[in-house]
Amino acid sequence: MTPIDTVLDQALTRVTDKVQATIPVDRQVRAAHLVKKAKRFAGLETPLVFTEEPIPDPADVPLTEIDLSNPFMNRQGKWYPYFARLRDEAPVHYLADSPFGPFWSITRYADIQAVDSNPKVFSAEPYIVLGQPPLEIEMFIAMDPPKHDVQRKAVQGVVAPRNLKEMEGLIRERVQEVLDSLPTDEPFDWVDRVSIEITGRMLATLLDFPYEQRRKLTYWSDTISGTAEGTGGTTHQDEMFAAGEELARSFVALWHDKAARRAAGEPDGFDLITLMQTSEDTKDLIKKPMEFLGNLTLLIVGGNDTTRNSMTGGVLALSQNPDQFEKLKADPSVIPNMVSEIIRWQTPLAYMRRVAKEDVHFGGQFIRKGDQVIMWYASGNRDERKFENPDAFLIDRPNARNHMSFGFGVHRCMGNRLAEMQLRILWEELLARFDRIDVVGEPEYVQSNFVKGYSKMMVQLTARSAPQESAEPAEEPAAA
Amino acid sequence: MGTITFVEYDGTTHEIELVDGSSLMQLATSNGVPGIDGDCGGEASCGTCHVIVDEAWAARTGTRSEEESQMIEMSPECAPNSRLACQITATPDLDGLTVRLPEFQM
Repeated sequence: MTPIDTVLDQALTRVTDKVQATIPVDRQVRAAHLVKKAKRFAGLETPLVFTEEPIPDPADVPLTEIDLSNPFMNRQGKWYPYFARLRDEAPVHYLADSPFGPFWSITRYADIQAVDSNPKVFSAEPYIVLGQPPLEIEMFIAMDPPKHDVQRKAVQGVVAPRNLKEMEGLIRERVQEVLDSLPTDEPFDWVDRVSIEITGRMLATLLDFPYEQRRKLTYWSDTISGTAEGTGGTTHQDEMFAAGEELARSFVALWHDKAARRAAGEPDGFDLITLMQTSEDTKDLIKKPMEFLGNLTLLIVGGNDTTRNSMTGGVLALSQNPDQFEKLKADPSVIPNMVSEIIRWQTPLAYMRRVAKEDVHFGGQFIRKGDQVIMWYASGNRDERKFENPDAFLIDRPNARNHMSFGFGVHRCMGNRLAEMQLRILWEELLARFDRIDVVGEPEYVQSNFVKGYSKMMVQLTARSAPQESAEPAEEPAAA
Repeated sequence: MGTITFVEYDGTTHEIELVDGSSLMQLATSNGVPGIDGDCGGEASCGTCHVIVDEAWAARTGTRSEEESQMIEMSPECAPNSRLACQITATPDLDGLTVRLPEFQM
């Protein structure tokens, strides 16, 4: 950068910072919304609309036309056969045209690990989804080092194992409350009553968000991550902006409320807001509202879809594999390993996106600077080069821990140990209460090319014939 | 032949037989040293085999690469001699090496 550029850049930063710090963030979201609306009315932008059609078998499609971005792939059970074909025939695959523009698909485990570990060449900026989310917010999952490192470090303390130990009792209590409220011998929606409920309670706890309003967190997360433009989802842009505005207002209020309570002498908690307020690097984050909003949205979305869909996926996997459920009942000490296997088998987020920062030869292909590169974790987790019999669900799979659902490298999931703990506790408590967990009817799937999730799954529980005390946490967890 | 000692955070020591050519992460996981996860399988891409090398040995084990630093510096327990155990290869020259484990891997 020449000196004049630097000066201009600094001046622009000052102006942007000033504007950001002066105008309330919900107004900024509204302004962004108005700009989008105006563009739509002027015909400069057309919202994406996806209509479901039957997806052909992979063998019937020319290799060059295979489009993994279709948001109905998961619902129609087609992702895995398509992934398998690409892994064998074109592990670094280029699609020249899709609703989200051209993109490369990386489908083999080793290749994904290599891309994920190389942030110098493969940038996470400006988004980690295939499409372009209508609201431009800044979050550290979509930043490269060194800025990423500073922001992530500031908040990751909340999920440090030391804090988790403190929280374990509270999490268990909340899981017990939810499970004790469930009916037995009659069908109910597992997604709504267990997966969403437990995840919502945990998010509210982590954020010190008003407990009785926790379903709002779920709603905001689903709405913001579910636009057609971003992930092929069903959220209308207008609804997304309204949710963004409401989320922004609520969290600014929460921030100020927290600051006031701390000023009045309330002891520091171990929630995220307190951690941000007490960290040198983020104590003034509220003055950069779009960054503030982005990072909170990231933590909400990151803690929402992922745990929720693993909580549902685990039940589905065991229901489809009754022999594994029997194995589990015979030896509950396998739970920590089973949790890893659930996360591998489910892969709640199908991919992360990178953009090539320079021309690069990779896997026999020539990827050009600026190209979108999609790392399909869902495919890497079923790569037969890494996992023996990869489509099988085996609770005692020896290398289940090597799954890539948390990603690798600097963006590796920050909440991984919290996620594992929540799932472990859920299964310890389920085993203590129920003999059978039957999935009744076909689950319903989320429309998305990013979230590999369930919108509804009816189950029926059978209580244990001889009720026992709650399972104690494993005496020596395989991994701390 | 020789030994490498892993010291858990609570002081428990594990003296492990040195296998020439193995990484310290492999030695720890195959001998059941608790507290070494090695989630990524040894590619320096997860940061869950964090160890702290005794000062006296730092010259012989070498210093961490940029790749390692990226993962390890995000840990609140990162020390000047923090390394990823998967990136240290055991050789007869390391006979008697002691490494300490942080309180937690993350």
